[in-house]
Amino acid sequence: MDAQAQKAVFTVERAGEKLVLRLSGVWKLGCGLPDIKEIENLPVEGEGYKSITFDTSGIVGWDSGLMTFLIKVLRFCQTNDIQFDQASLSQDLSSLLSLSQAVPEKEGLGEADSRGNYFHRLGKVSIGKYEEMMASVSFVGECFQSVLGLLKGRRPFRWRDFYLVVQEVGFDALPIVALISFLVGLIISFLGAVVLQRFGADVYVSYLVAYGMLREMGALMTGIIMAGRTGAAFAAQIGSMKVTEEIDALRTLGISPIDFIVLPRMLALFLMMPLLSIYAAIIGMFSGMLISNIMMDIAFPIFLNGMKEAVALPDFFLGVFKGTVFGVIVAVSGCLKGMRCGDSADAVGLAATSAVVTGITFIIISNAMIDWVAAIYGM
Amino acid sequence: MNANQNGNVHIEVRGLEMAYGDFVVMRDLNFKVLHGEVVVIMGGSGCGKSTLLRHLIGLRSPSKGDILYDNESFVQSSEEEKLRKLRSFGVLYQGGALWSSMTLAENIILPLEEYTNLTPSEISDVVSYKLSLVGLAGFEGFYPSEISGGMRKRAGLARAMALDPEILYFDEPSAGLDPISSSRLDDLILQLRDSLGSTVVVVTHELQSIFDIADKAVFLDVEKRTMTAYGNPNDMLRDPPNDNVRRFLTRDSGTD
Repeated sequence: MDAQAQKAVFTVERAGEKLVLRLSGVWKLGCGLPDIKEIENLPVEGEGYKSITFDTSGIVGWDSGLMTFLIKVLRFCQTNDIQFDQASLSQDLSSLLSLSQAVPEKEGLGEADSRGNYFHRLGKVSIGKYEEMMASVSFVGECFQSVLGLLKGRRPFRWRDFYLVVQEVGFDALPIVALISFLVGLIISFLGAVVLQRFGADVYVSYLVAYGMLREMGALMTGIIMAGRTGAAFAAQIGSMKVTEEIDALRTLGISPIDFIVLPRMLALFLMMPLLSIYAAIIGMFSGMLISNIMMDIAFPIFLNGMKEAVALPDFFLGVFKGTVFGVIVAVSGCLKGMRCGDSADAVGLAATSAVVTGITFIIISNAMIDWVAAIYGM
Repeated sequence: MNANQNGNVHIEVRGLEMAYGDFVVMRDLNFKVLHGEVVVIMGGSGCGKSTLLRHLIGLRSPSKGDILYDNESFVQSSEEEKLRKLRSFGVLYQGGALWSSMTLAENIILPLEEYTNLTPSEISDVVSYKLSLVGLAGFEGFYPSEISGGMRKRAGLARAMALDPEILYFDEPSAGLDPISSSRLDDLILQLRDSLGSTVVVVTHELQSIFDIADKAVFLDVEKRTMTAYGNPNDMLRDPPNDNVRRFLTRDSGTD
């Protein structure tokens, strides 16, 4: 068989009232099928023929490539009121074609979202966002209610879960928090070395490091690490519990998922985040001291003395306060996104992503707001 | 436990309409379930069987109509009333829905701890008893991820029975089970009904189960968006109320 015979080709012949499509060659996907657009160039009704019939005797091999071609021809016939002579096809082709046409295409599918003009869609999106916002607000309210219930001793608390979460978000996070804050302390003091040396103000590097770590970077970096580490984990855990109907199983037993799942997580972060921020600040200051000693020959006692003058207790408390706020933000955004998760594997991934993004965004925003308020009150 | 109530209406669904937003899944559902009956909710895939179940157990609220338990409205009842009702339900979810962070024993202990005043040793007795009922004696310390899908389902049943529920709900109990496990589960359902007198509501499209266990069946017609038959499935097979029911019960795909 020469290469010419292998190629899929069709010829058109007129035979009285019929149009004969003679197909030959290998009709397989990826073997160079003839341009399907040629069908549209076939002569239409009123040009002397009423039906299309096929001669498939020249076909050497075929797969879905041939079927898509035939379906195109069928559509062409339907739109132009031409009879499609299915009987002229081989048995296999004919039955496959019947199968594909057995259930008529459902109308109106896939249009649901794209329907309507720009304003229609804008309205829909706005309503969706509004509902999401209200759901978040009511979630925060439910959490608050749950905390109140716990304080009043009305609700049972899962101490064992709480300890587990404490370990997960506290102890297990120590290495990564240590590494990051060590590097942040190093960066700040390196920055100080470069900038302050120009003005001969090397000594003040301790001011920069202590002030920066205690008030800003300690809590902020810990918050961001926890948003990525713990917020995402919460959202994924709770999201998969939703997918496997574990949350429903709690609900139908009359156990509030907020009390059972959200509360221990929130409380654990509420307690652990301030501690982690202090830990981060201490490590950051230590690494700053080390670097300034190496790069600028500032002795440890001098650094420590400078620190003592630079920062006071309010700076420390500001950092702790920020840590607490960030902890609540991470817990709420993680749990909220988990609880609002859809019921597919895909949705769990989205929930985790969204928890991290929301967490970090709100951490940065609240950090700016706290700084602003602190500046107003001269703290 | 409620044998004396046999013959009274336990669950009544009145003019129920279920919708997701604007999309109505099913409308105009009306049926009554008597105490101690086994009722199957059947219908093609995607017809809203599981959605109906979720309405019955209060996970979704109907867009219209009412659900009554012992002649008291469930839909309109207060939160506390609902919680009280929920305690009398046992639900077996499709995949078992065991809490994955807890062992099988802890899964069963949780509802017991939450709602009874049993001592720890009594609780552990109850747990072993419930697990032995479903053939899982000795698996107390296993986590859900360490056992097979069929075992998970049976463990889920043990948990659903923890509080000796008046109504047991099953969501596709035979899905994903081999024929033997599936028929064993059917036998178990009947035994439980007979010995505990519980009312049983099963969502399934497994024909064999339907004929084996159902006293009555509700047929949800996906095309008409409502129920088109209610009664004993064997009677339905003998005298089909409409063509869709006949095709469903005889596996007639309608292509020939």
